[in-house]
Amino acid sequence: MLRHAWRIARKDLLIEFRSRTAILAVAVFTVLVLLVFNFGRDPTAVATRDLAPSILWVTFTFAAVLTLNRAFHLELENQALEGLLLAPVARGSLYLGKLLANLAFVTIVEAIGLPLFALFFNVPVLPVLPSLAGVIALATVGFVAVGTLFSAMTVRTRFAELLLPVLLLPFMIPPLIWAVLATAALFAGRPLSEAGGWLRLLGAYDIVFVTLAYLLFPATVDE
Amino acid sequence: MLRAEGLRHAFGPVRALDDVSFTLQDGQTLAVFGPNGAGKTTLLKVVAGLIRPQGGRARVDGGRRAVGWIGHQPQLYAQLTVWENLRFWASLYDVAPSDAILARLGLDVHRDRLVRALSRGLVQRVAIARALVHDPRVLLLDEPFTGLDRMAAEEFRKLLAEQAASGRVTVLVTHNVEEGTELATDVAFMRGGRFVYLAPRAGRGAGEIGDAYRRAVAGG
Repeated sequence: MLRHAWRIARKDLLIEFRSRTAILAVAVFTVLVLLVFNFGRDPTAVATRDLAPSILWVTFTFAAVLTLNRAFHLELENQALEGLLLAPVARGSLYLGKLLANLAFVTIVEAIGLPLFALFFNVPVLPVLPSLAGVIALATVGFVAVGTLFSAMTVRTRFAELLLPVLLLPFMIPPLIWAVLATAALFAGRPLSEAGGWLRLLGAYDIVFVTLAYLLFPATVDE
Repeated sequence: MLRAEGLRHAFGPVRALDDVSFTLQDGQTLAVFGPNGAGKTTLLKVVAGLIRPQGGRARVDGGRRAVGWIGHQPQLYAQLTVWENLRFWASLYDVAPSDAILARLGLDVHRDRLVRALSRGLVQRVAIARALVHDPRVLLLDEPFTGLDRMAAEEFRKLLAEQAASGRVTVLVTHNVEEGTELATDVAFMRGGRFVYLAPRAGRGAGEIGDAYRRAVAGG
């Protein structure tokens, strides 16, 4: 099962790194969102440290939605999805393959966005980087798991680009809140243990939604 | 062996399949002719397992692993090379792609070219190679000659004849009576989701089959 998942993910990554279209577009989008936030706020009204966690996560959220939109579009080109569904590959493997590839794409976008965020908002990211990376990883797994499922659900609809955020954003709100709170604790210089409750919630969200998405995925792709 | 029993399927008010039944033993090739919207593609998709029928059942010995499928679209990734595509599809069946099929279809010189850079005819040849990459026992072919030039079509006909001689079961869907008749052991005409004619070809040529088709389907 994991063997097939890895092969599907590797294929997606190869195609993306060869074309670089989606990654470049989302990276540019991330830079632009950060620039808008940077110039579109009054730094004397609210302290940057208070706003920074929200800005970071809003940026990551929109970038992730854009990235997830392309996950299954790739398979509609030349109807490759039919070939995948016909192959003796468990539907769960197909889901896990897509999840792995999406996690890689979103992680790359986050890795591009984080240094820019630190630069634009003068937030000391480096001292809390390991802990922050953990928070980002926990939150990312959860919303990418749900996003991969919804991407499969919406890809054959007429307004997939619009429908995906409409479906996905409500499910992203809980991990987003917990991630913002955990990130705020880190930026305030408080120990990671103070954010333990939020991290446990993020972990639970990941377990529940990866499992649910894995189980529901076959129903979204079978006609 | 391939067995379809009482297949029924509708898309809203449109009956795409209406009580379609047939059985093919090893080595048999069924050519299915019919006008647009007769239900031919739906029939193949149901037999392949891509659509769950609303009634009846289709059974392919060996299951999904045994099926080789050529659809309307080539099911290839434009950003991958010919060889990368074949390697990927073969890997899903846990086999390695063979150079022999590339050479047979005249693709060996195009092995490292991106699919997006190929002509329509070459893409169709790669789609054929993809469908055969795991040496399937059952071939489901939907207008497989589309885009092929005369030489390539002739080579593909020979390949299909060899496949049938080695016991492969084939369902060939086409508009073109001449193209399909040559390869067929059995012939079916579809109209409105039904088989209005199903019989062994029994040595009849394209002319006779064409006349029968016009009588059964077009009412001529």
